[in-house]
Amino acid sequence: MRIIKVVALISLLSVSVAAMSFAQDLKVTEKVLPNGLKVLLKEEHKAPVVTFQIWYKVGSRNEKLGRTGVSHVLEHMMFKGTKKYGPKQFSQTVQRNGGNDNAFTGRDYTAYFENFASDRIAISLDLESDRMQNLLLDPKDFQSERDVVKEERRMRTDDDPTSTMVEQMTAAAFIAHPYQWPVIGWMADLGSLTRDDLAEHYRRYYAPNNATIVVAGDFDTKTLLPQIEKYFGRIPRGPAVPAVGAVEPRQLGERRIIVKQQAELPAVFAGYHTPDIKHADSFALEVLQGILSSGKSSRLYKALVYEKQLALYAGGDYDNIANDPSLFYVYAGVMPGKTTDEVEQALYAEIEKLKTMPVADEELQKAKNQIASSFIMGQDSIFYQAMLLGQFETVANWRLLETYVDTVRAVTKEDVMRVATQYFTEDNRTVGILVPTKK
Amino acid sequence: MRNTSLLKKVLCLLIFLVLGTQAVAAVAAVAAEPLGKRIVLENGMVLLLSEKHDIPMVTVSMAIKAGNTAASAGQPGIASLTASLLTQGTARRTAGQISSEIDFIGGSLSVSGGDDFASAGLRVLKKDLTIGFDLLADVLMNPVFDQKEIDRKVKEILASIQQQKDEPGVVAGEAFTKEVFGRNSYGQTNEDVAAYLPKLTRQEVVDFYHARYGPKGAVIAIVGDVIEAEIVPLLNKYFKGWKQGELQQPASIEPPRIEKNIVRKIHKDITQANIAMGHLGISRSNPDYYAVMIMNYILGGGGFSSRLMDSIRDNKGLAYDVHSAVVALMEPGHFEITIQTKNESANEVIAESLKEVGRIRSELVAEKELTDAKAYLTGSFPLRMDTSAKIAGILVSIELYDLGLDYPQKYAGIINSVTREDILRVAKKYLHPDRMVIVVVANQEKAKLKY
Repeated sequence: MRIIKVVALISLLSVSVAAMSFAQDLKVTEKVLPNGLKVLLKEEHKAPVVTFQIWYKVGSRNEKLGRTGVSHVLEHMMFKGTKKYGPKQFSQTVQRNGGNDNAFTGRDYTAYFENFASDRIAISLDLESDRMQNLLLDPKDFQSERDVVKEERRMRTDDDPTSTMVEQMTAAAFIAHPYQWPVIGWMADLGSLTRDDLAEHYRRYYAPNNATIVVAGDFDTKTLLPQIEKYFGRIPRGPAVPAVGAVEPRQLGERRIIVKQQAELPAVFAGYHTPDIKHADSFALEVLQGILSSGKSSRLYKALVYEKQLALYAGGDYDNIANDPSLFYVYAGVMPGKTTDEVEQALYAEIEKLKTMPVADEELQKAKNQIASSFIMGQDSIFYQAMLLGQFETVANWRLLETYVDTVRAVTKEDVMRVATQYFTEDNRTVGILVPTKK
Repeated sequence: MRNTSLLKKVLCLLIFLVLGTQAVAAVAAVAAEPLGKRIVLENGMVLLLSEKHDIPMVTVSMAIKAGNTAASAGQPGIASLTASLLTQGTARRTAGQISSEIDFIGGSLSVSGGDDFASAGLRVLKKDLTIGFDLLADVLMNPVFDQKEIDRKVKEILASIQQQKDEPGVVAGEAFTKEVFGRNSYGQTNEDVAAYLPKLTRQEVVDFYHARYGPKGAVIAIVGDVIEAEIVPLLNKYFKGWKQGELQQPASIEPPRIEKNIVRKIHKDITQANIAMGHLGISRSNPDYYAVMIMNYILGGGGFSSRLMDSIRDNKGLAYDVHSAVVALMEPGHFEITIQTKNESANEVIAESLKEVGRIRSELVAEKELTDAKAYLTGSFPLRMDTSAKIAGILVSIELYDLGLDYPQKYAGIINSVTREDILRVAKKYLHPDRMVIVVVANQEKAKLKY
């Protein structure tokens, strides 16, 4: 995931708009069909493969308390068949054609993909256009798939003490915004979801005017575009999708969450409210993330893990590819014999340095080089390129990627110091501590 | 035996919830031109080169005969420790200088241990190629093994091992490994490593390094924006004078003979039973390898097309992840079914798994199952080579397992020659539902195991 996050630098409202004159042409063909479906096509002929992705603008952000997790359960049900392709047929059809398929749900999107040898692309068109409108949602399949998702939740969260703590900490960091609940949903909500909840969610959000198709790889745009129009163009536009109006109010003081669980070692996480990629400060925060946590020469690793040996791991994660402002996390796992308090203070000490001392020229350059080289190296994978286009288009605009590297280069050390001072305050943070209990 | 990530990044879990596990695919074939070129360098190291000029970057993947099998049974963990210390200081650079240099150019450099081999990886932009090779050669040829760095790394590994006790899947896997492999070098567990490392001396690391690291038997795959005329002299220059130690591997210790099912119950106050069941497997060079792999695809390796997934997840809703794997190494590896299910369902899931293993060894698979498996395995070949890192990985395997650079061309023929009768024969021969190791990490009061 990291390589995807690193590219999250572009700011929609950037003051560095001048940099756009140097924009990189990503050679993407964009077309909006009359029914509102957006299509992004990127030809790349280096390998005889193609990735087809369809991104729906729906995720846990569009849910309500008491019904959390519905987007993700629906994602699972999207593999349970239509009239034309019965239960189990989707993945089996893809695999029989030498392809891999899967899907993922986030807060702001639900995306489905197939990767194939390039001559198999028509299978995606057929399967995805079919399940955009004809999903069966069989009641019996729903019951059993809901159980599968409960198992998924047990595996990912309930039996993992650190994940449990981070889930609770994030829930405390937001009081008014749907980013407070986990994408997979609360366990009790999963239990009370009904087939009708899913059907309503499907009707409301699975429509051409709420989706983006991204295809990258070895195909001919002139041939593929008319095929996409043929398969998807006949699907009627859906009603306008209800907007999410929630706005998280300014945090007015530190919040602390303690999670006591059977665990071997403590962990400390702190999350600061920070803007998303549509905000100008997003660039400087991304560079700052690089300085704090990219590579073994980064500040948190060097100070907490290497020099002081306080932490088993330490890092920062700026969660900015999002529709709405989210959190900048800093975190560390506590080494045996060290205390949570020592580690927490060491994290803050590194943050204070960023506010009071300008970063060295070489350190700033290093962070920029890392971001730029990840961007270039990322082009090695067509799947990754399509992911970026889909993510950016869903939460903002794919064209942000074109100005990406240049806008990063424009960040100054003063910018870094300013955003550190503005966002990394005690009042703006939520702290989560995992306290291991005795067995 | 198991490569679990020490530093699991929790935050990712909040963002992506992928529906299922990807099908475990194998290599198939379409490419007409050879995958790369094989060149023996002046020092004896084998270079596999695949020129790829679409992006100004270079990806390097190396395998060196310095894995767990190169260590003596009394030194569990020394191979991984030694590998991880190579980037922690050389005659010319401190640990900090190494990380600063590679980070400054936005590249990556790593060395890690493994069962049969140690692996080294380098990725840099084309313009930084010489800096990259200077670093790679330096860490491989001139490590100093400073005592402070050894102490630091040992402490870190011990803490990681402690933390992994929180991961029920790791706990189950460790117990499985111990029962199946015993004192065989594929049987090194966290527990063995944690008992040995505090006693380890610097001299042992130095001796292991000098005996095992060197150009003979080392493979370097390079994929990217370079040409032969440029890269060969560069490698000859940077790896000149790399001394070779002894090549003889320590004699391997036989894994224990298992005569009946062994059930290991480990109690943990968790919501799911983490089940690992299976037994010894085959080596990569076994002529039945491909038939076994296809058999496993149908049984539990083929993602949503597999029998175990169909029954346990799709029909019964009892698990999110259920799969079987055939791990074939230089010597016989293992066969393993892995499942997580709520404590209360553990008995049902184990019974169902044993039933499916029994079925595939008593009945011919359906014609359609075999056709579908072949179609996937041969048709998905291009996806196995769609990034530089994947190409480098295949090149290394081709050299290590002597598959030939025409492997992609041969592959479809090999797969398509496997028959339903072959599947039944290898299932009977290599699957043993009555001689399995069954490990269940669970809340045992709730799981109430009947096994």
